[in-house]
Amino acid sequence: MSLPDLDRRLIAATQGGLPLVPRPYEAIGAALGLSGDAVRERLAAMLASGLIRRIGAVPNHYKLGFTANGMSVWDVDDERVDALGAQVGALPGVSHCYRRPRRLPQWPYNLFAMLHGRSRAEVVDQAARIEALLGAACRGHDILYSTAILKKTGLRI
Amino acid sequence: MQADDGAGPQAGTDTFIDSADARLIEHLHGGFPLTDRPFADVAAVLGCGEDEVIEQLRRMLAQGVLTRFGPLFQIERAGGCFVLAAIAAPEERFDAVTAMVNARPEVAHNYRREHALNMWFVVATETPAAADAVLDRIEAETGLVVSRFPKEREFAVELRLPIAEALRVTA
Repeated sequence: MSLPDLDRRLIAATQGGLPLVPRPYEAIGAALGLSGDAVRERLAAMLASGLIRRIGAVPNHYKLGFTANGMSVWDVDDERVDALGAQVGALPGVSHCYRRPRRLPQWPYNLFAMLHGRSRAEVVDQAARIEALLGAACRGHDILYSTAILKKTGLRI
Repeated sequence: MQADDGAGPQAGTDTFIDSADARLIEHLHGGFPLTDRPFADVAAVLGCGEDEVIEQLRRMLAQGVLTRFGPLFQIERAGGCFVLAAIAAPEERFDAVTAMVNARPEVAHNYRREHALNMWFVVATETPAAADAVLDRIEAETGLVVSRFPKEREFAVELRLPIAEALRVTA
């Protein structure tokens, strides 16, 4: 079995989540004909390579009351966008912060940061913090609030 | 169609987690150990029992407080490709355009947003060329320009909510 095949099988076996038993890696291995040690070793390698970002829990922000979500978009000086983007991405309440291409003249924004709050007022406050952080490097911004989920599916490999 | 943002918390969406839940969620932001008995190791740090940690996770998953517990994959490293795209859909055709976009199995999610570009969706494919082919096809079917915003650089990918702060407000 080549390593990519093993990785693929491990992804398939764990994308629904880790088994909630005292020895979860052994349980995964039992299903794949591997030892628990072999599973942990391979998962460690996938963590090291970045194929797995981390092993952990993903909270549902809606359930925790964070129901306002706005896609904030910023027109940031190309020379400074990478350094500033890293700082924006580290702010609390920010997720999915990316540099993306402008589509001029309609779309001047090159930095995207998803903002989450319990209300639109909180989202606006977060945007104000980002605006202050970007300072003169930012020529303009907008916040696109979502008003409906039109489709949402789980990710598949 | 599910309401999303709205002006504030919607009735019934708040779940009151307790301080032990908040501590566990925050602790797991640092990563779940790759050890023989990882729940026991987490429990030792938090000062509770292995069974309690497992039961807490089981309950929060069942309640929907957690959407997932396990490895979080970076799909691009597995050869996958995501492209964000947007359309300015005329109001009178909005539902028809939505149906055309959503009909493509490669469209992973799609949001209505308040802007001239009022439909924002993500296409997930094996390769960038395949993503372009899907977006070309949507353009042909809808007769509308599909603006493409591929990721050029990633600064943050997941949300770290101020959980403890949320707890103070809802408790």
